[in-house]
Amino acid sequence: MTEQTGRQIPDRLTSPLSRALKSWEALLLVVAAAIFIANSLASPYFLDPWNLSDATFNFTEKAMIAFAMALLIISGEIDLSVGAIIALASTVMGLAMTAGAGTPVLVALGLGTGLACGAFNGLLVARFGLPSIVVTIGTMSLFRGISYIVLGDSAFTGYPASFGWFGQGYVFWVITVELVIFALAAIVFGVLLHRTNFGRMVYAIGNNATAARFSGIRVERIKFTLFLLTGLMSGIAAICLTSRLGSTRPSIAAGFELEVVTIVVLGGVSILGGSGSIPGVVLAAFVMGLVTFGLGLLNVPGIVMSIIVGALLIAVIALPRLWSMVRR
Amino acid sequence: MSILKKALTTAALASALIAGSAYAQDGEKMRIALVAKALGIGFFEAANKGAQEAAAELGDVEIIYTGPTDTTAEGQIEVINSLIAQRVDAIAISANDTNALVPTLKKAMDRGITVISWDSGVAPEGRQMQLNPSSAPLIGNTIIKLAADHLPEGGDVAVLSATTTSTNQNTWIAEMDKVKGDYPNVNVVGTVYGDDLADKSYREAQGLMQTYPDLKAIIAPTSVGIVAAAQAVTDAGKVGQVNVTGLGLPSEMAGHVKSGASKSFAIWNPIDLGYSATMIAYHLAKGDATAEPGAVIPTGRMGEVTLDENTEAAMADPFTYDASNIDEFSSIF
Repeated sequence: MTEQTGRQIPDRLTSPLSRALKSWEALLLVVAAAIFIANSLASPYFLDPWNLSDATFNFTEKAMIAFAMALLIISGEIDLSVGAIIALASTVMGLAMTAGAGTPVLVALGLGTGLACGAFNGLLVARFGLPSIVVTIGTMSLFRGISYIVLGDSAFTGYPASFGWFGQGYVFWVITVELVIFALAAIVFGVLLHRTNFGRMVYAIGNNATAARFSGIRVERIKFTLFLLTGLMSGIAAICLTSRLGSTRPSIAAGFELEVVTIVVLGGVSILGGSGSIPGVVLAAFVMGLVTFGLGLLNVPGIVMSIIVGALLIAVIALPRLWSMVRR
Repeated sequence: MSILKKALTTAALASALIAGSAYAQDGEKMRIALVAKALGIGFFEAANKGAQEAAAELGDVEIIYTGPTDTTAEGQIEVINSLIAQRVDAIAISANDTNALVPTLKKAMDRGITVISWDSGVAPEGRQMQLNPSSAPLIGNTIIKLAADHLPEGGDVAVLSATTTSTNQNTWIAEMDKVKGDYPNVNVVGTVYGDDLADKSYREAQGLMQTYPDLKAIIAPTSVGIVAAAQAVTDAGKVGQVNVTGLGLPSEMAGHVKSGASKSFAIWNPIDLGYSATMIAYHLAKGDATAEPGAVIPTGRMGEVTLDENTEAAMADPFTYDASNIDEFSSIF
C-alpha cells in the first residue's frame, strides 16, 4: 500500500546523507587503523593471531546486540534492558539445565526468553505508546530482579560440554564461533537496514514518525518488530555469554546496555534517530575491542581505560561537527 | 665434555618440562599478575603493597597489579585474556565469581601460566591452589587469646555473635570452645546474638554488662558487633573495665582503639596476603614447589603454608591491630 510515498522518503535523503555517512565510516576506519598500528608498536604481544582471537571476546556479544539496537535507535527508540534480558535468559537456561535439558532445548529457551522479553518491551512501547526509555529502565530492573529472586547469591553451574561450543568453540583455526555469529548478524542486519523496504521504513520513522504514519507505514508494528529483534539478539548474546562463562549468576552482563549504546553511537548512529549505518557499527565494535584490548596489554588500569573510551567517544562525535564549524 | 653438556641440556629441558611453566630462566624477570576484584579498593591496594614487598625481596620478579573497574566476572575475564596474551608467568587472582572465571583460567593454565586464587577463591578446576587469609581454628584461638592477653588475673568474658545461624561465627566460636582449656583464667560466661544489626548488637552488649557486673571483656567475632559493643561500653562509662575485642575493620575501630574501649582486635592483614600470594605464585611458577594436597610451600617472612585435600591453604593467624598500628591500617580498609 502507498509504496510510492514509501519510496519518496529515502529519495529525499539519499545524496547528502549517504555522503555524510561515508565520511563518518572513513573516519572510523582511520581511527581503527591508527589504533591497530599504535597497538602493534606499543606491545610485542598484539600481533598474534591467538591473542587477537581472544580479544574479539571483548566486543562480540555486545556488538551482536548493537546491530539490533542500531535499528531501534535509528527508529527513535532505545532498549536499556538488554543486559537484564541476558540475565533472565541465562537464568531460564540454568533452570532448564538443572532439570536435565540438553543443549538444543537450552538454545531454544535462550532465544525464546529473549523474544518474550523483547515482545513485552515492544508491547508496552508500541501498543500502549509509553516512552521506551522509561519502559526499558523499568524492565531492566524487572528482568534482572527475577534472576535475583531465582538465584539469590548462588549460581547455576555444570552446563553440558556441548553447550560450551557457542562461547568457547572455534570454527576453524582462530576464528571463534562468536566471531562467526557476529559476522552473520552484521550481514543480516546490514541487508535488512540498507537493502529492504523495512530498513527504509525504519529511517522514515526515525526522521518523522508522524509523516511516516501518514505515508502509510505501520509504525507500531515496525517498532514492535524492532524490540522483538533486540530481544532475540540479547537471547543469542545470552547463549554465547553463558556458554563462555560456563555458569549463570544474576549479575551476569551487568552494565552491558551502556556499552552497547556506546558502540552504536560511536558507529555514527544519531541518538536522536533517523540516521546511521551497520558498517559504522561494525567498525565501532572493532575500535572499542582494539582500544580495550590494546590498553589491557599495556596494563593500563580499567579506570584510565574508561576515561580514554569516553574521550574517544566525545572526540569522534565532536570532530565532524567542529570540522563543519571551521569550514563555515 | 659433550656428553656432560648433553646431559645438562637434557636435565634442564626435563626440569623445564616438569615445571610445566612458561617461566624462561634467561635473566628475564618473572612476571606475576596480581588481579584484584576491582581497582581503587583499599584492601587490594594494600595487597599490592605486600606483593611489591615480596617482589623486592625475590629480586627477579615484576608485579603486574591490575583488575577491572567494577567487581564483575566479565571485567576480570577481559583482564585475564590480556594477561594470557602477554604470556605472564603467573596469575594470582581474588575472584569476583567462583565459577564464571573457570573456563578462562583453565585456558591460562593450558598455556603454561601458573594460576592461584587468594582471598576470594576460584572453583578447584580453575586454579592450582587457593590461599585463604586464615582458618577457623586459627581464628577461634585468636579471639580468645586477644581477650586473655589483657586479662593477666583472668575474669569473666562473654561472646557477642552475629545470628544464631551465621555459619562463620558459629564455626569460630566452636573452635574457640575447643581451645578454652589453654586459657584457664578466662571464664566464658555466655554467648548473645546481635544479628549483625548495629542497634540490636548495642542492646545485647548493654544487657551483658548488666547481667554480668564483673564482666572483663566482650569478644565480638563480627565487624558489626565489635563496633556496637565498643560504643555500648563507651556509653556506659566502662572504658578500662570492659575490654572489647574480636574481629573488626581498622577503619571502623580506629576511634574505639584510641579511646581505649578496645585494646586490640584482629582481622586478616591484606599486605601479608598479597605478600604470601606472590611468594606462592613465584615458587609454583619457578617449579620448585607443586600444588598438590599435602605440599608445603615457603612464603618468605610469613613462614610456609600447607595445602589441604582441596589444595587450599590458610596463611596465618589473623593479624592483631592495636594502638601501635591502627593509624597505619585505618586508612587502608
